[in-house]
Amino acid sequence: MRKVMPPIRVPFSWGLGAVAALLPLSLAVIIIFLLQAAWPAIAFNGWGFLIHNSWNLGNMYADPMTVRGIEVLPRANYGVLFLIVGTVLTSLIALALALPIGIYAAIFLAEGLRGWPRMVGSFLVELLAAVPSVVYGLWGYLVLIPFLGKYLFPWLAHTLGVVLPIFRGPLGSGYGLLTAGIVLALMVVPLITASLRDAIVATPLALREAGMSMGASRMEVMRRIILPGQKPLLVGVAILALGRALGETMAVLMVSGNALNSLPTNIYDSVSTMASFIASQLDSAMQDPTGMAVHALAEVALLLMLISILVNAIARGLLWLSGNRA
Amino acid sequence: MNGNHRMMASKTPTRSFVINPMRRLVDALSWGLAALSFALLIFALLHILVYVFMKGYPALNLKIFTEDTQGIAGGLRNALIGSIVLSAFALLMAVPIGVSAGVYLSEHGAGWAGKISRFLSDVLVGVPSIVLGYFGYIVMVIGFGWKFSLLAGAITLAILMLPYIARTSEMALRAVPQTLREAAYGLGCPEWRLVLRVLLPAARIPILTGILMALAIALGETAPLLYTAGWSNYLWTGHFTHEGVGYLTYVIWSFIGEPYQSAHQLAYAAAFLITLMVLLINISARVLLLKWRR
Repeated sequence: MRKVMPPIRVPFSWGLGAVAALLPLSLAVIIIFLLQAAWPAIAFNGWGFLIHNSWNLGNMYADPMTVRGIEVLPRANYGVLFLIVGTVLTSLIALALALPIGIYAAIFLAEGLRGWPRMVGSFLVELLAAVPSVVYGLWGYLVLIPFLGKYLFPWLAHTLGVVLPIFRGPLGSGYGLLTAGIVLALMVVPLITASLRDAIVATPLALREAGMSMGASRMEVMRRIILPGQKPLLVGVAILALGRALGETMAVLMVSGNALNSLPTNIYDSVSTMASFIASQLDSAMQDPTGMAVHALAEVALLLMLISILVNAIARGLLWLSGNRA
Repeated sequence: MNGNHRMMASKTPTRSFVINPMRRLVDALSWGLAALSFALLIFALLHILVYVFMKGYPALNLKIFTEDTQGIAGGLRNALIGSIVLSAFALLMAVPIGVSAGVYLSEHGAGWAGKISRFLSDVLVGVPSIVLGYFGYIVMVIGFGWKFSLLAGAITLAILMLPYIARTSEMALRAVPQTLREAAYGLGCPEWRLVLRVLLPAARIPILTGILMALAIALGETAPLLYTAGWSNYLWTGHFTHEGVGYLTYVIWSFIGEPYQSAHQLAYAAAFLITLMVLLINISARVLLLKWRR
């Protein structure tokens, strides 16, 4: 009689676990491959990469030379301080605009509306996050830039510019730091509004009643009791929104003016962000026969990835600590 | 006497305290700011949508759907089909993996392994899409030698969709009542049967909603496709590698910068089509979820 081999039984959950492991694994794989692609650039650029304003592919028509065992074009030099500054500034402006507007809009949705108007209002605000980035870019390019360049920027320069030097001219043509910040603010504001609205609606009734019974109005209950309780959530969501703004590509690419190797001198000046720079530079980087430009772009991508991972991890950690698994 | 007393009462304030006018002012200002902020956001959204539809609708004609792009003129058939095919193949890869990961996180995610993968998939959501695109370029376009191609674009989009699908599926499955699991195990169900026959059917609508939202995100993306899918003036030929694919969002970005009216018309039409698709998917996902909750 032939012995029948018992079928090898692998628990179903192991299979699920193996598939689920693909997610963290893909994160690790992305970092490893970016690191590998960026390695020659990291070795060539050193720390100067972070503190200089010089993105220079070198002389394309000269013979490549060897520096410290790495083949590069003569006078090639890579420093991306202007990208780091541009990325951080556009995102901070976006956050500075999106936080107050997002918080007040959430208050209006949670306190000012109820029933189906609240539902429709919330849906419309959340749709702002669904509009494709490139459509924001198109709208920013065709609508926002002419409007800002013609009306808002001159007005800002005449009013705020009198007090704050960064609002003084030259005004440029509407492309730049503030424009990118405004577009980014619109893109990240739904995140803030939606999370805060849900949190306000979920606030225990007893807290409101306690406040009202002390003679506070609804808005006073909101500002003195409910909002302070949501501070941890707000900090977490704000950092999350910052992380999203840091990595936005197409809209920024189309409205920021794409500065090269220069730091903005005022709030209207053109800038580049790391994400938009990667998108706009690969075509020319591929012309570099030594491949160093592609490696350097990989270094930019790696830097951007590490910054966003750090920002997101902090945000998720704070949200987790405050009990919001948003 | 009685009447006199009533007159006295009407003259003196009926309230036992007087609201400080400063408090009233701050209150009114706060309400005003709240309404203004809300109105500003709604205005911006409607302005974007109306602008895109007003510009895009006149640019639509039969040629858009029947002809391919020729340089900066012609139609958008290649790009429209390309967008759909790219997203479809990305879905084909991301849905089974994402939903399985969601099942794992919901059913076995209580331990440290689950906690870490949940945290990391949340972090993966935060990785900028251009970084995913550059990764795809280095690994697939250059490393594997696939050149700009459908497969490189679709895999990059799939990585982008994965964490969304996994997390929404997890949330959907967690909401399934524990009693259903106990009933199934009580009847001697193995786990795979519980998942396939009980949990997934019970949570199918919220899972589908999550998949639809991920699809909308993928359709509207440009950055991860720039250096993975490339571009092509021709209809997709069925090749998975070595051949670029056109897609609508590329047309918007690249053609609006051209100084020709025909190019602008194509960009408007592409913006109209992609916005309409994204909008319809979002609305149907929302309606689906609302109907299911009732």
